[in-house]
Amino acid sequence: MRTGFFTAQKSDSPIHRLSGFTKLICFLILTGAVMYSYDLRVILCVMVFSFIILKISKIRFSQIKLMVIYVVVFLAINAILTFLFSPGYGTEIYGTRHVLLKLFGRYDITAETLFFIATKFMKYSSVIPLGMIFLLTTDPSELASSLNAVGVHYKIAFSFSLTLRYFPDIQRDYRDISQAQQARGLEMSGKARMWDRFKRALAILLPLILSTLDRIETITNAMDLRGFGKHRKRTWYSRKRMTRADFIALAVSLIILSATLLVAFFINNGRFYNPFI
Amino acid sequence: MKKEPIIAFRGFSFQYFSQSEPTLHDINLEINPGEKIMIAGPSGSGKSTLGHCLNGLIPFAYKGEISGSLQVGGTETRDMDIFTLSKTLGTVLQDADGQFVGLTVGEDIAFSMENDRIPQSEMKERVRKVAKMVDMDRWLTNSPYELSGGQKQRTELAGVMIDDVDVLLFDEPLANLDPATGRQAIEIIDDIHRESGKTIIIIEHRLEDVLHRPIDRIIVLDEGRIAADMNPHELISSAILKETGIREPLYVTALKFAGVKVTPEMKPGHITTLSINDDEKEAVKLWYQSVEPDFPPISNDNVLELEGISFSYDEGVEVLHDVSFGIRQGEMLSLVGMNGAGKSTIAKLMCGFEKESKGRILYMGDDIADESIKERAERIGYVMQNPNQMLSQPMIFDEVALGLKLRNLPEEEIDIRVRKALEICGLLPFIKWPVSALSYGQKKRVTIAAILALDPKLIILDEPTAGQDYRHYTEIMEFLRTINHSGVTVLMITHDMHLMLEYTARSLVVTDGRLICDQPASVVLTTQEVIESANLKETSLFTLAQMVGIDDETSFVQRFIDYERQVEKK
Repeated sequence: MRTGFFTAQKSDSPIHRLSGFTKLICFLILTGAVMYSYDLRVILCVMVFSFIILKISKIRFSQIKLMVIYVVVFLAINAILTFLFSPGYGTEIYGTRHVLLKLFGRYDITAETLFFIATKFMKYSSVIPLGMIFLLTTDPSELASSLNAVGVHYKIAFSFSLTLRYFPDIQRDYRDISQAQQARGLEMSGKARMWDRFKRALAILLPLILSTLDRIETITNAMDLRGFGKHRKRTWYSRKRMTRADFIALAVSLIILSATLLVAFFINNGRFYNPFI
Repeated sequence: MKKEPIIAFRGFSFQYFSQSEPTLHDINLEINPGEKIMIAGPSGSGKSTLGHCLNGLIPFAYKGEISGSLQVGGTETRDMDIFTLSKTLGTVLQDADGQFVGLTVGEDIAFSMENDRIPQSEMKERVRKVAKMVDMDRWLTNSPYELSGGQKQRTELAGVMIDDVDVLLFDEPLANLDPATGRQAIEIIDDIHRESGKTIIIIEHRLEDVLHRPIDRIIVLDEGRIAADMNPHELISSAILKETGIREPLYVTALKFAGVKVTPEMKPGHITTLSINDDEKEAVKLWYQSVEPDFPPISNDNVLELEGISFSYDEGVEVLHDVSFGIRQGEMLSLVGMNGAGKSTIAKLMCGFEKESKGRILYMGDDIADESIKERAERIGYVMQNPNQMLSQPMIFDEVALGLKLRNLPEEEIDIRVRKALEICGLLPFIKWPVSALSYGQKKRVTIAAILALDPKLIILDEPTAGQDYRHYTEIMEFLRTINHSGVTVLMITHDMHLMLEYTARSLVVTDGRLICDQPASVVLTTQEVIESANLKETSLFTLAQMVGIDDETSFVQRFIDYERQVEKK
């Protein structure tokens, strides 16, 4: 059985042993910290910290390669668009203007805008390792219980974890259906026209959707028969008890958040770090 | 004093809103506490609907019109919701795989307690206790992907028993299980019945398998009405099984072949209770000696040959080891073995879905390693178990024509070949119909027609009769035999021992990625080591042969098959 992207890894590390609730809260706190701050130094510190945690969690780069590529491409596009729409934004923020390269019209490349874009790029990319740590070290059912613990309704939290639970099954269905359709003569290579490719995708998706609907009917019946949705709250068998490690993790996250805030209030006098004055 | 029945249907009828006729008509049935009941009947007889009425899925999930009365534990079910009902009557649904809610065994067993807001420490304690009862306590932290079909079912059972219900309802517990696991399931149900005294209701159409252990009463449903309500001995001696299309036990068929009249006094309900006198034994012996052996003509040319095939997935673990066999032209044979033994992998290698890591596959003597999946499909067709996974076109014609269109054949040629394939499959009158209008069995035929249209020499079918009752089983198998007679070689992956015995002259048995046996089905099903390693079970014909005093059990089984064949021909 090949493992899919979302199947929680069965390896063990201090991070795996933390409760899902702790990891979710730490993820939210640290994300909040980097989202608040526009100080490149602070952001880089958080990033280095999260890479260390990534290392401790024994997550291999190959597991997150695809995700990293998507996010980097997305952020690169975002950076270009930011420049195209407001090339002078850096000056508005930092109040100075150092032109590095003169292009046409208002499109001058300034050190300020470049610095702003770099800050923003690092800020968003530092969220990736944090998110990956959370997703890859938390098994789906713990994920559900921790979402529920932070106030998400258990029906939504549970359906989320159920999707993850059945992800490998649906992947397997997809592979089987696609093999059988290839035997019928469906070419999977990309040399076809858009319309043909669409029709071919449909030849696999239609059976997949129908068999997935069958699955959903079965599982819904089974859940109804065992009392799912009876009360407004439920308990969780697999919720981990909070240990000392959990409190340490929460404390570390809070310290990082406070440090970020302190830097903003007392050193930068605002969310931005300004190296230009 | 008469006990209060725990379940009572009185003048009960049910009609789905989506249907024009009631599915259940005027059901009157009482079940007493502690009874062990089997509800039998062909597909469409209403037995699943009856189960849904009992557990509350009707009307909770499936809407319809209810008339008459149904009481469970003395309360009208219409006054209870599905949650209240599930505390009295617990249901183990078929397809344990599809309903595994938790990510681990422990979590799945605890599901109902989670919904009842039981504190975690109490859950852990109770899960451990119940898991022990079904022998799953060592697997609590395992995920469903690491379990066998039988273990998943036992987990489901534990998840239902955790509520300490009074009635356990099993909806087709034998579907999707191999013969040995199915037998174990029947034994576990029986053990629980004896130890806990709970009321047990088993909905199944596989009579002989359920009767492996004692049953108090069998209710036979037919077209929504109760056709019989009697004990196993009476039922088997009656004509009801034949009338309703339920398969009688093989040993009973053999007795009838030998001209022995089966009566309730012989206690024919279970092979273990059957008692026959010396005259009757003599009759069976005489019959056995009179059967003329049948030697079906077999070609010497191999249509496909596997030579020293090994296979490993990307992770590097070898799952097939040095498998070699030939499939002769015009043969009909079966490929059997436990789940995960490598049967499907062998089929996938034949079709080119996966690539062997060692060895060669020869088609009519030529190595076909370089052929694409598409090219191979014109020689070797593959029919998946679930037709819904293959059907992708709204219209029957387009579905069957799909493979031909994708091969850019001229319109007229496509038309001729589609018509021919549909004709063989008995679907020509439906050529302009939408696929959605067909029954499950007809859909299966459409998928077979779609494969036949490509004109392959060999077709491989994955569990062609899974989930089918006796009538549909016979229909599908007779149809496959017709195809076989038209010159197509047929290989079937199966767990069904009847199918092996009645339709395949030869069985290939795979265990742990090795081919351990390549023999006639009569030999496979009477050889103890093979039976054990492939999770099959001994056929009751074997036991009957011993009872009668025939030393060569294998030959007895073979004569039975030959005789059945000859009877059918006439």
